[in-house]
Amino acid sequence: MTTLTDPPHRLLGMTDAEHQSVIDILGRDPRPAELAMYSVMWSEHCSYKSSRTHLSRFPTEGEQVIVGPGENAGVVDIGDGWLAAIRIESHNHPSFVEPYEGAATGVGGILRDVFTMGARPIALWDQIRFGPLADPGNRYLFQGVVSGIAGYGNAVGVPTVGGEIEFDPCYSGNPLVNVMCLGILRREQLVLGTAGEPGSVAILLGRATGRDGIGGASVLASASFDEESGEKRPSVQVGDPFEEKKLIEACLELYERRLVVGVQDLGAAGLSCATSEPAGRAGVGIEVDLDAVHTREPGMTAPELLMSESQERMLAFARPEDVEEVLAVAARWEIESAVVGRATPGETLTVYHGGQVVAEIPAASLADAAPLYERPMSRPDWLDEVQARSFDGSGLDIGQTLLELLSDPAIGSSAWVHEQYDHMLFLNTVIGPGSDGTLLRIKGSEKGLAVSTDGNGRLCYLHPRIGSARLVYEAALNVAVTGARPLAVVDNLNFGNPEKPEVMWQFRQAVEGISEACEALGIPVVGGNVSFYNETDGVDIHPTPVVGLLGLADPAPADPPRLARATEGMDIWEIGPEATTGLAGSAVQRLFGELGGMPTAADPEAGRRIIELAAELAHIAPVLHDVSDGGTAVALAEICIASGMGASIEIDHPFSEDPHRFLLVSEPGSSGLPDGPARQIGRMGGSTIVINGRSVALSDAANAWRHAIPRALEDSATT
Amino acid sequence: MRVAVVVFPGSNCEQDVVYALESLGGEADLVWHRQDDLSGYDGVIIPGGFAHGDYLRTGAIAQLSPVMSEVKRFAEEGRPVLGICNGFQILCEAGLLPGGFIANRGLSFICRFVDLEVIDTETIVTRGLEPGRRVRIPLNSYQGNWVDPTGAGRVVIRYLDDPNGSQDRAAAVANDRGNVVGIMPHPERGVDELLGSTDGQMLLNSYLGSLVTA
Repeated sequence: MTTLTDPPHRLLGMTDAEHQSVIDILGRDPRPAELAMYSVMWSEHCSYKSSRTHLSRFPTEGEQVIVGPGENAGVVDIGDGWLAAIRIESHNHPSFVEPYEGAATGVGGILRDVFTMGARPIALWDQIRFGPLADPGNRYLFQGVVSGIAGYGNAVGVPTVGGEIEFDPCYSGNPLVNVMCLGILRREQLVLGTAGEPGSVAILLGRATGRDGIGGASVLASASFDEESGEKRPSVQVGDPFEEKKLIEACLELYERRLVVGVQDLGAAGLSCATSEPAGRAGVGIEVDLDAVHTREPGMTAPELLMSESQERMLAFARPEDVEEVLAVAARWEIESAVVGRATPGETLTVYHGGQVVAEIPAASLADAAPLYERPMSRPDWLDEVQARSFDGSGLDIGQTLLELLSDPAIGSSAWVHEQYDHMLFLNTVIGPGSDGTLLRIKGSEKGLAVSTDGNGRLCYLHPRIGSARLVYEAALNVAVTGARPLAVVDNLNFGNPEKPEVMWQFRQAVEGISEACEALGIPVVGGNVSFYNETDGVDIHPTPVVGLLGLADPAPADPPRLARATEGMDIWEIGPEATTGLAGSAVQRLFGELGGMPTAADPEAGRRIIELAAELAHIAPVLHDVSDGGTAVALAEICIASGMGASIEIDHPFSEDPHRFLLVSEPGSSGLPDGPARQIGRMGGSTIVINGRSVALSDAANAWRHAIPRALEDSATT
Repeated sequence: MRVAVVVFPGSNCEQDVVYALESLGGEADLVWHRQDDLSGYDGVIIPGGFAHGDYLRTGAIAQLSPVMSEVKRFAEEGRPVLGICNGFQILCEAGLLPGGFIANRGLSFICRFVDLEVIDTETIVTRGLEPGRRVRIPLNSYQGNWVDPTGAGRVVIRYLDDPNGSQDRAAAVANDRGNVVGIMPHPERGVDELLGSTDGQMLLNSYLGSLVTA
């Protein structure tokens, strides 16, 4: 806890050792504006100082990779001159402090990361995790976050086409709000975050700068929570989707007409980051005149101007002869603009305010000289006991368990959420929210882009390496059932306090698991984000890496599989390795308030084979559905509910969540299936779902599933 | 025969409308809201989105844009003027259609397919259809709850159920001459079987047909 009598660097979230490093770099005490810049750029959120040493483990190479980690977004080649830009980010802490604006500005930020690269953002996915809805605080956060995503995403005009919703007590004090964005661009429109040659002119575009979001990266995103967190509300930015929409259109016109040499968005660390990073990347110096910055309020100090995280701003670098035209484009789109600086020979970042030099530092030192911590790691001593717990699910009433699973708001219909999002804009959404992976068409081509995002804190709690690897296989199978093959991964690593050795160990294990799975599937990690300090009052969340996987279907299936296309008499096949009990970390355990056992590890050989098989079958099968939360029983029920038709199956472990399995429903006599991994388990028909002789009325199942979230909100509202 | 598709800052369905019209053989151009001369066009469509951020009140600022004097001229001359979603709200604010909009009854944004029924077949989007014809296209709005205190509004298409509280279950409303229509659901989102429906084609084909006879 800092107090107002502490020295300035501590109030800004810097340690004494970090402060000394700044003095060493400058050879003198930093001025206030300089200290402000270092404090935000060296924050955990901006510098990845605890994680950088581990992130180098990720495989990042591949012939499809155009831009890997380190830029604003990853970019991959999808053929025929098209590129895809993809990025994932967290807005966990702001969303806890102010759910609507926190979630909304998360959407705004991720969009800027993508259109900074020259891409038009075409779709968003949100991964949101909360404590149980029985608690009014969680209900407030859940409803606020969904409203914020809808309020910003719908108005900015980019469809939200999928995501994840999870509820677990570990997120009660610390919800997770991640958001991923996909953009597409023609190869020649790619723009990087570079300041260009000396002489190029820095133009600040978009909304005026205000005092909102000051210290968002350092004070808010890089610290833990306690009961006084509400006092941090002024550190949360306030978004304006209308300004962002105009900014998107203006920037896309600038790229199309080649009027800029580089662009950097103003997100975390504001102008400090947007001036120093492009200069550092280009190996040039930069002069910035803070008096030229258009502001919302008078009297802002230099540190405030440099640290402000006011939203909907971009810094563009243009050749001097193009500046007038850039300003004219901004005016035409009715956004504000100002020439605020220029690139210079040398490597110094010089900031002027009121005619005085207020900062003069090596530009690259803000990024390159940031502290790097090899934090201690140790395997949690409670893990053996947790992994040794047994829960075999024997004696479960299959029918009752199925109904309870379908009523679980994390498993039941997501319509209450996704119908608040415009998920159809741009006319690309072939398979939208509520299925396995999203499938987007690319108009004017035969291609489809498929995306799945997956996280599972419970599996990763039990075994972070196995759990994280399974996320990659899970996401890959989700895109495969739409007809796509995996192309690239981004990850959002949500963890607790990295100063605890157990949390750092979990983190390292998760990086290892994701890396192993990506290597086995031959796909690169092209970007990611780390969110530490997800703890409240000393309790850490479960380790919750979220994997976003992009797949390419080329060509996309002319008529891809859909859950609603099962008809009377069709055969039901389970494809993949035979399941074991498979309940460690499962949805069934959650029903019983349990969490223990050893999760089944991924099998790289089987995983690859099943993904390839699914991607092929997607071109001919009427129904394919990945088996995941709630096992085969829930996967079957989802097909039955969507198709309005019962079914009967016989299966050994109906609730097992073992990996690499999917259901195929097709006309009788599908002889083309390989013998080993394919088993016919039953047939569609009737008005009941019958599993091993135990039946549930289809109408009861549909009712439980459809009303899972509304009922959880209503029930708790009346208690 | 060319259609002007008006773009305000904050519009977002304009490309989809052009795509849908072109897929049906129509010709359309995007027209910026500051343009004050639409001569050369035969009809105008105001697409969905959040014109001027929907600030103050949906459509309240947009109806002051320079292009609106041309939209009014088209309306007076009997040319086809169609407002979709936010475009419907703008036409109401501009006084070209009766009534106005408040938030959906459930106070949530609604994006899903809805089932509709054609009531009145003497308008630019329903001419040639039979009364009672069912149409299934997506709704996508927060302020979709149409209110008309005069009770004089001419309801063209109704919701079969009642998703948002709209008066008379009105999904589309016309002026007396039937050449100005506002529709809350999105016909341009219903032109492709791969995306779930082709029912929007009926309405847009009717619109394109009305250009010829205007």
